[in-house]
Amino acid sequence: MIQLRDLSVKLPGFTLKEINLTVEKGEFFTLLGPTGAGKTLILESISGMIPIHRGTITINGKDVSKMPPERRGVGIVYQDSALFPHLNVRKNIFFGLRYHGKTVRQSGKALDAIIEWFSLEHLLDRSVVNLSGGEKQRVAMARALAVDPSVLLLDEPLSALDPGFREEIRDILKTLHEETGITVLMVTHDFVEAHYLAQRTAVLNAGLIEQAGTVADVFYRPSTPFVARFVGMKNIFPAKFDKDVAWVDDLQFTIPHSDNRFRKYVAIRPEDICVSRTNISKIATNIFNATVMRIFNKGIFSDIRLDVSGTVFQAILPTSALYRMNFAEGETVCITFTPERVHVI
Amino acid sequence: MKIEPFLWLMISCSLLIIAFILLPLIEMVLQPTAAAMVETFQDADVLRSIFFSVSASAAAALISFVLGTPFAYLLARRTFPGKKIMESIVDLPIMIPHPVVGIALLSIAGRNHWIGQLLQKMGITLMGTATGIIAVMTFVGLPFYINTVKTGFEAIPVRAENVARSLGASRSGAFFRVTFPLAWRSMVVGMIMCMARAISEFGAIVIVAYHPMVASVMIYERFTAYGIKYSQPVAVWLILICLFLFLLLRFFSIQPKSTT
Repeated sequence: MIQLRDLSVKLPGFTLKEINLTVEKGEFFTLLGPTGAGKTLILESISGMIPIHRGTITINGKDVSKMPPERRGVGIVYQDSALFPHLNVRKNIFFGLRYHGKTVRQSGKALDAIIEWFSLEHLLDRSVVNLSGGEKQRVAMARALAVDPSVLLLDEPLSALDPGFREEIRDILKTLHEETGITVLMVTHDFVEAHYLAQRTAVLNAGLIEQAGTVADVFYRPSTPFVARFVGMKNIFPAKFDKDVAWVDDLQFTIPHSDNRFRKYVAIRPEDICVSRTNISKIATNIFNATVMRIFNKGIFSDIRLDVSGTVFQAILPTSALYRMNFAEGETVCITFTPERVHVI
Repeated sequence: MKIEPFLWLMISCSLLIIAFILLPLIEMVLQPTAAAMVETFQDADVLRSIFFSVSASAAAALISFVLGTPFAYLLARRTFPGKKIMESIVDLPIMIPHPVVGIALLSIAGRNHWIGQLLQKMGITLMGTATGIIAVMTFVGLPFYINTVKTGFEAIPVRAENVARSLGASRSGAFFRVTFPLAWRSMVVGMIMCMARAISEFGAIVIVAYHPMVASVMIYERFTAYGIKYSQPVAVWLILICLFLFLLLRFFSIQPKSTT
């Protein structure tokens, strides 16, 4: 378990402000945020690489705030693997043993299991310099796990990998976590990774946690416009509210009935907007005529920008569906979305 | 094909500079006769002075290695108030006119200064001694060592050290098992640079200690007393021996291809 209480870190030009975060034992937790949000800084304060200004860091109930990195029992895997280039694969993996009172012989079976688990048997005598990106990350993980850390910190471990390796390592991480139950805190800027791997997540922006919760919660119920944008809610509009109605300029949206007194925005996911030539939905509200402005082909899916009396909506359609419907730029179409898909912030 | 004027400018300037550096050196190396070279090499004074130049500058490089390495590591890894000033101080010996270096060192080592008195009690004199010459050489060579090694340390990712710490290594453990094996080549290069600068020193040495005579002082003495012909063979021998030593060191520190 990792617990951060009022963690503050001050660096020239950047501050982490009173971070409160708990990663439960055995949990896979992701820290999300754009580049420069301070995600890596949190990892480095947990691992003890940078001094903290205020607050406490507890790992499995033990206050480690003032401990040197080598006594914290924290495994760390970086984006670029950070392997030791002067040592071969075997020596990289065995690097930490001596500090834990272990010899290769004593922990032979456990080590063999780790090496086998990451399929590294045939690479042991190779130089780490010429390994592929995926192999490097497997070595880096094996090296971290060889000393049996109490928590594992991952700093964007998939970001520098080619797409093929990225899926491979992502699957390895998932299986690893399921089989060992090790506590994992992973930093990433990719929400898809959080969806795939994590139970809970926190979104960080400019040194502050904007929202923390289950991945589904953050994804479907973002609490700030920043988080909404970050999780891919493309349609975020300032709005005025009146009971179960929201006004975006002159457009009237029907929204779920709740306490909307202190809300300022409505947000709709682009995939929740239905685009058609005639109104095909069974609901009678949130139907608008729109002009197709631009269509961006993005491979499997396409972005479609739609103008509704000056308000620009963004929808996502499978490219195949788009071909079938044969929408043209400048054409007038019909867009609808159900009230429960209108999220209020 | 027409070559652009700008390309011409670059090529002609480069050739001019190469010629400017090489021609005088080649001319000097070729001028002495073989007989003069052999005769000079048999001169015990010449051999002694060249050997002294090499060994004193090696001592300066060793001192730079011992004292300069931790300093270079500090400069490469830490940010702290006054760091820029410290870096400028390290560069000072490069900028100070050479005779001024000699005078400056003598002024704290003299009998009127408490450091000079302390040194005297310990039996150390700088004026006219090998110790003085090594002190001068270290003074002028240190910036070259520190700057080279600092750049070498900066090229090693902090993350590698961080991982070593997370695996259980102490600060010194991470340094000796990760940083040092990755940085020692830059230390060898730094020592070569330091030695080269130390061997070439004349102005400060001549003020602190005319005797025992280093090669550069001997070359100067022969030039002023007997003229260019008599000083050339010594200069050539000094160049050849230094070249040999530096190539040897470079050879041992060449980076194997696989780790680039």
